[in-house]
Amino acid sequence: MARAATTRQKVVFTVAAWAVGLLIFFPVLWTILTSFKTEVSAVASPPEFLGADWTLENYAEVWARSDYPRFFWNSVVISIGSTLLGIAIAIPAAWSMAFAPGRRTKDLLMWMLSTKMMPAVGVLIPMYLLFQRTGLFDTRIGLVLALMLMNLPIIVWMLYTYFKEIPGEILEAARMDGASLKNEIIYVLTPMAVPGIASTMLLNIILAWNEAFWTITLTTIDAAPLSAFIASFSAPQGLFYAKLSAASTMAIAPILILGWFSQKQLVRGLTFGAVK
Amino acid sequence: MSTQSTRAAARLMVAPSVILLFIWMIVPLAMTIWFSFRLYRLLSPDRTGWVGFNNYLWFFNSPDFWTAIINTLLLVGGVLIITVVLGVLIALLIDQPIWGQGPLRILVISPFFVMPPVAASIWENLFMHPQNGLLAAVSRGLGTEPILYLESYPMASIIFIVSWEWLPFATLILLTALQSMSSEQLEAAEMDGASAISRFRYLVLPHLSRAITVVILIQTIFLLGIFGEIFTTTQGGPGSSSTTLPYMIYKQALIAKDIGRAAAGGIIAVILANIVAIFLMRGIGKHLDA
Repeated sequence: MARAATTRQKVVFTVAAWAVGLLIFFPVLWTILTSFKTEVSAVASPPEFLGADWTLENYAEVWARSDYPRFFWNSVVISIGSTLLGIAIAIPAAWSMAFAPGRRTKDLLMWMLSTKMMPAVGVLIPMYLLFQRTGLFDTRIGLVLALMLMNLPIIVWMLYTYFKEIPGEILEAARMDGASLKNEIIYVLTPMAVPGIASTMLLNIILAWNEAFWTITLTTIDAAPLSAFIASFSAPQGLFYAKLSAASTMAIAPILILGWFSQKQLVRGLTFGAVK
Repeated sequence: MSTQSTRAAARLMVAPSVILLFIWMIVPLAMTIWFSFRLYRLLSPDRTGWVGFNNYLWFFNSPDFWTAIINTLLLVGGVLIITVVLGVLIALLIDQPIWGQGPLRILVISPFFVMPPVAASIWENLFMHPQNGLLAAVSRGLGTEPILYLESYPMASIIFIVSWEWLPFATLILLTALQSMSSEQLEAAEMDGASAISRFRYLVLPHLSRAITVVILIQTIFLLGIFGEIFTTTQGGPGSSSTTLPYMIYKQALIAKDIGRAAAGGIIAVILANIVAIFLMRGIGKHLDA
């Protein structure tokens, strides 16, 4: 709804919008800045902005004190693994909801979403026991399954809204030409839905990366991802602000960068079909 | 295109998702219901048995329980109101003709990528800390006493932190919705002499209703289970002033090690979530073209 405006109006709006944007972003920026300061400089009063003592020591120390690559790799495997598995299970479900809807399709979708409303902490003990008994506790495959199931309703819903925008006639034409249902989904539907599938995957990688309840309670060492890494740094000991900031930056940087590059895709997917 | 065989295939293809989710939901739920009627304390494992509704009664009779219910509703309601109202205002601002809208969107969405424990610890230590936090420095600069945010205003502080995490989501969905609006309609209204407020009230807001519905629905799902932010910052305190239902259950499970009571609390939380869900689906589900 952008309309013609005078240059003066444009300047005023630009300044106001950027002020709000910088205010929202400031905590992230401040954390990154603090991570490059010495501990003394980090707690200086009044706060030091550009005249601080800059150092890379915090990163060196955090790196030396914990096995960052292992936490990082666990985060990568768990978030990508749960997303790929979720997509594979959700595509057929979303296909049938979009192209062969029944009277109960809407109820089914809402029921799926309602399973996400159950507070995780309420079923913590049963989950813990189940994971212990089945040998899934502190394994990457266990977390892949848990996070896949946790996000499956969101994946199904997002794919469903994308699939609904694809004209059913194209799929019908493929079927007339003798394509089997499996081929129809793999070779006709999936390629057309690639943008939708991509933004669904992005959102789910981010949700899985940032999940911090099951990943902390269902792991100890072997499968612990970056959420557990950061939890081990939140116990305050003496001067720790700069190191905490460095650890925080290391935990959020990979997903922040991924998010920045794919922001357009992601936001389009986040609207869940509410915006045509 | 729904022939008999397609419909059968459709049922078959939706089945894995439904069956998996059903198991994921029903097995822990059944175990929780079972535990909730039993005496089950990790510290005295020998004493077990049925206790009827005692675990539930303990919750209802606990003075903290009603505080926790109110805090849970305050958190969900407060964050929803803040993010939707500010989200609409900020989206309207960014949607004006401005320079650098692309980079600005990247700044605004950033908090969404910060994992909750990091967000909570940034706010607790770098900003709200009474000695070393940046907000304390601001107070000192203004010549006033630093405010003990998390001690004096624990719920308000938590609502603030969670709102910061979710504001980007609300803003960008609403912005995308605004940008899909036709400008002709607005221009016509403007030429007919409609004021900015009535243009917003009668044209923009109705256009945004579906996007607002999605924001409320998705956020409620995530907000009902908020736990990490409280765990990191106030630990439910001071006293029980920032204890929510999930946090109260956590305390019973892992601090008091009373599994029976924690399970009863879990069932109460599930019932509360269902009440909210029914209310939501009734109230706003019809806006969804699902």
